[in-house]
Amino acid sequence: MTISKTQRKQTDVNRRQFLGTVFKTAAGVGLMGMGLGLYAKQSSKLPPQAIRPPGALPEDEFLGACIRCGLCVRDCPYEILKLGQLGDQVPTGTPYFTARTGPCEMCEDIPCIPNCPTNALDHALKDINKARMGLAVLIDHETCIAYLGLRCEVCFNICPIRGKAITLEYHHNKRSGKHALFLPIVHSDACTGCGLCEKACILEEAAIKVFPIHLAKGELGHHYRVGWKEKEKAGRSLVTPDIKHRYNLPEGVRYDLQGEGLIIEPKGGQEELPMSSNPLDTLNKGLENK
Amino acid sequence: MAREGVGAEAIEKKGWLKAHRWLISRRISQIGILALFLAGTVGGVWIVKGNLASSLTLDVLPLTDPHVLLQAILAGVKPHKEAIIGVVLVVAFYMLVGGRVYCSWVCPVNMVTDAASWLRRKFGIRSTSQISRSTRYWVLGLTFLLPLITGSIVWELFNPVSMMFRGIVFGMGMAWIIILGVFVFDLFVTKEGWCGRVCPVGAFYSLVGAKSLVRVVADRRSECDDCMDCFAVCPESQVIKPALKGAGKGIGPVILSSNCTNCGRCIDVCAEEVFRFGTRFSKEKGDGINTEGSLGKKRAAEKPSANAA
Repeated sequence: MTISKTQRKQTDVNRRQFLGTVFKTAAGVGLMGMGLGLYAKQSSKLPPQAIRPPGALPEDEFLGACIRCGLCVRDCPYEILKLGQLGDQVPTGTPYFTARTGPCEMCEDIPCIPNCPTNALDHALKDINKARMGLAVLIDHETCIAYLGLRCEVCFNICPIRGKAITLEYHHNKRSGKHALFLPIVHSDACTGCGLCEKACILEEAAIKVFPIHLAKGELGHHYRVGWKEKEKAGRSLVTPDIKHRYNLPEGVRYDLQGEGLIIEPKGGQEELPMSSNPLDTLNKGLENK
Repeated sequence: MAREGVGAEAIEKKGWLKAHRWLISRRISQIGILALFLAGTVGGVWIVKGNLASSLTLDVLPLTDPHVLLQAILAGVKPHKEAIIGVVLVVAFYMLVGGRVYCSWVCPVNMVTDAASWLRRKFGIRSTSQISRSTRYWVLGLTFLLPLITGSIVWELFNPVSMMFRGIVFGMGMAWIIILGVFVFDLFVTKEGWCGRVCPVGAFYSLVGAKSLVRVVADRRSECDDCMDCFAVCPESQVIKPALKGAGKGIGPVILSSNCTNCGRCIDVCAEEVFRFGTRFSKEKGDGINTEGSLGKKRAAEKPSANAA
């Protein structure tokens, strides 16, 4: 009886010890897990100047897929890719490039992708022109020398998808009154985010920069429909019947909707009077000829 | 004859080289593997590219770390054929030679923690803090739980193993702080703290090699003179006792614990050459060779008087 009692006490103590150890270990490891989880959340934000290689999955998926082996870094013939190091803002061990110092040269065979063991760089991407590493944005109109009225077009000319990802728009130079502005405009349907334009920008600090698409691109409200596109799709106006708009304009004046704007027609179909209604014009006429 | 330290007697008896044979082999292996990866970056000779997480040797042989790939799969990844081939090769290799051969022959952190252990012995550093040796399995569970919850491979943000290897091959950044942390932890906080108690990578490879073929065998255990050098030098000293002292209980001479790293230090430091590398099916030596057995016992009997002198 007494023996069994001490035995029971013994097992009780052992069990208590065992449970104590288990509890302590579990609590310690649990705390470690919470710390790691928080740290992971903190460090999952990629700085805007760090661009992922072509074919990279969306960032949150990428962090679950990339095993940080660095094979893409080794397979890049231009050696632009780096792995994030502890202390960088880039999650440790994950690949990125910085457009301003080393942009993606857009190799046709995309050698960084095939050896990726986990599809963190999507093997389905076969056409480098379909890569969307980021999006170039002409972020500063105040320093871009094209906006200052100078001929530059370096970003336009260096663009590997020249004439599609960046086009030039010609505008009147209001300041000088006699020159043109050749403004580079980026088109997101063609820009791969390779960053060659950012690298090539002649400014001390580039006026055109590549950013991750979620930073660079706006997004319309999902309910939003652009009228003229819907009209084009349907082949007719969907809102109001296509009737000619009637303006309440004075007689002899009409309005051309998509052309010249306000048109003043000569009264009664006759030629305009040879003399101005302003007597000063008549007076000054003689001076001009002198 | 006064004993100077762990392994001193072995050096005296077998010579320095033989008493460090496996240690030197391991260092050659660890540094050699790093050198293979570095040959490309430093010398421009591309033999292996990538790192321990996943690598490609001579552009044909893929090798992938099963622990990190499993985390990626739990985060929702479908790995490629090459990654699966790589994992199968790695797992097969460690199932054969012992899972924790990764720890003692490949992992670069081993050099750091071995240095800490050596300093602890040298300066008699003791610490009272106790972390259970089973903690690593909890941490291993954590490394699998976090990708399930967060969808991202969280452990790789901290993993000193991959960080040190990647640091050496790709650039260290501030990863040396974590390596220093592991060193200080092992030196002052807990004996064999990192590799022996916390590291989930080691725990994972323990499980991989739980039934591995290559094992250390104390097949001349009758020669043991209780000098305790093997216990002092072993990073997982609890694994030795059953094999070395279990003869009376009918336990075989093979060190079967999956926590044994097959580092071979016990073989090195044993002056009586009790241990050797064998297989899990190895039998005790001296079953039919009584002369050797009795000789060993005689030597053991001489021991106390020698120590007293």
